Amino acid sequence: MTLLRITSPHTQGAQRTANVMRTVILATLPGLGVITYFFGWGTFINVIWCSICAVAFESLVLGLRHQPVGFFLKDYSALVTAVLLGLSLPPLAPWWVSLVAIGFAIVVAKHLYGGMGYNPFNPAMVGFALVLVSFPLEMTTNWATPSPLLQDPLTFTQTLSTIFGTPSVAVDAYTMATPLDVYKHEISHNTAVVVTAKPVFGNFVALGWEWVNAAFLLSGVFLIWKRIFTWHTPVSMLVALTVMSIVFGWDADRYTPPLLHLYAGATMLGAFFIATDPVTSAVSNRGKLFYGAGIGILVYIIRTWGSYPDAIAFSVLLMNFAAPFIDFYTQPRAYGHAKAGRSESEG
Amino acid sequence: MANQYSEVIANGLWKNNPALVQILGLCPLLAVTGTVVNALGLGLATTLVLVGSNTSVSLIRNLVPPTVRLPAFVMIIASFVTCAELLMQAFTYELYQILGIFIPLIVTNCSILGRADAFAAKNPVIPSALDGLMMGLGFSIVLILLGTMREIIGQGTLFSGMELLFGASASSWKMVLFQDYPNFLFAVLPPGAFFGLGLLIAAKNIIDSSIKNREKRAVVAKVATGSKRVRTTGSIS
Repeated sequence: MTLLRITSPHTQGAQRTANVMRTVILATLPGLGVITYFFGWGTFINVIWCSICAVAFESLVLGLRHQPVGFFLKDYSALVTAVLLGLSLPPLAPWWVSLVAIGFAIVVAKHLYGGMGYNPFNPAMVGFALVLVSFPLEMTTNWATPSPLLQDPLTFTQTLSTIFGTPSVAVDAYTMATPLDVYKHEISHNTAVVVTAKPVFGNFVALGWEWVNAAFLLSGVFLIWKRIFTWHTPVSMLVALTVMSIVFGWDADRYTPPLLHLYAGATMLGAFFIATDPVTSAVSNRGKLFYGAGIGILVYIIRTWGSYPDAIAFSVLLMNFAAPFIDFYTQPRAYGHAKAGRSESEG
Repeated sequence: MANQYSEVIANGLWKNNPALVQILGLCPLLAVTGTVVNALGLGLATTLVLVGSNTSVSLIRNLVPPTVRLPAFVMIIASFVTCAELLMQAFTYELYQILGIFIPLIVTNCSILGRADAFAAKNPVIPSALDGLMMGLGFSIVLILLGTMREIIGQGTLFSGMELLFGASASSWKMVLFQDYPNFLFAVLPPGAFFGLGLLIAAKNIIDSSIKNREKRAVVAKVATGSKRVRTTGSIS
């Protein structure tokens, strides 16, 4: 009888990279659908355009790096970056903003750092932060007005022409400030009742955004159930954000209330789809709790006392910086070894 | 002797380039390379100081005791920086105002003190002056390259504001490369400078390694005609 010597791991999960990435992409579709319903075709076009560019950039860089193009394209990781970036960008952002963002995300944030699995920072968020810093005008004035507030929303071709060059209509008529932005600026000289009576807040929390966030929350729970990622990061992030907004923002006449923090902006997309990136987050479960809580706290700090209305990108990037540090201090104890800091004789 | 000079030139411009290899003087390099004219102004001032300080240090190299050499060198450098500052105030006042604190800060540029101590304090006057000039040029070339990159990407223009350095007639040098270009703030802000410098260093490394590869291949291919094949048996260790 021949005994084969095989080293561990002896079991292989069914979770190949391509499967994971495909499931994540599929899970964003309900959210994308809701966004398209409430905010028009802009985000849909952004996602498609980002995906086309991402595949082009990925093939180009893989070719330059003498790596098998087909093999790496088939793991869908570039597409996930593209979809997440497309979902984050303002719906009516011009085409070149998306192009610069996805180009920087794929070429610099992913491949210059060594490619799939080696990037210390979330590529989609690097691209987003780059264009947010570089083109503040385009990134803040192109948020679409929710369709229920419009007489006749932009058609698909009108949206297409708005994004790619010559707008056939005045874009300003189809954009407005996001709820987080409105609340932050109006609350300094109004009471909460007056502010939330504005049409952008709708009947529940924030018109359109509440359903977008609910869709991403549901998909996120689905992904946890499918064991694509564990619950630690999103739950600790949402808990931290809620605690912060209750502790500091209990007075709705002065600060954004907790529900608006949770159900407006990119909170749920960030918690379930962006913060959970396995490459750039902390590794151990205990580490993920710290990592997620850090993101939640930073989101609250930047949204409340910073100059940006939403803060997912910067918070995630800052915690990406901290992830190796968190890993260093939250290394799980290996079976048979003493706890860190305890000598052998005690254990 | 000629060999020594070409060595000095190669060191300053390429092999031991202060910005790309020694990575010295990064503070002004990153701070003021937003446009070509800023880069050129700072490059000229730094070159002037380098040539002056290297020459003077070389002249007094046998008179200064080693224990107090560094303070003496710093005093010399500071005097030349003051000269450069006054010259810029006199002739290019607007540029002087734009560059601001970075002109007096040339005195803290490590590459200047480094060259004074590492080269000028050990070599005669003429090689030292040449070394200063070449180090200054090497530094300036990188500054200007970075300025060009950042100006094109950041503002979509080239040679804007050259009148600050070359008089009113130079205002027509400005080239608008892209009409209606939205300012790409990342390239204008300091992160863009870090990024640009990283790309320049990478480009230099690529060129160096390809040169080395070609040399290696040339050595391998060099087989004298008429030489015979040698067959070996057994293993060569």
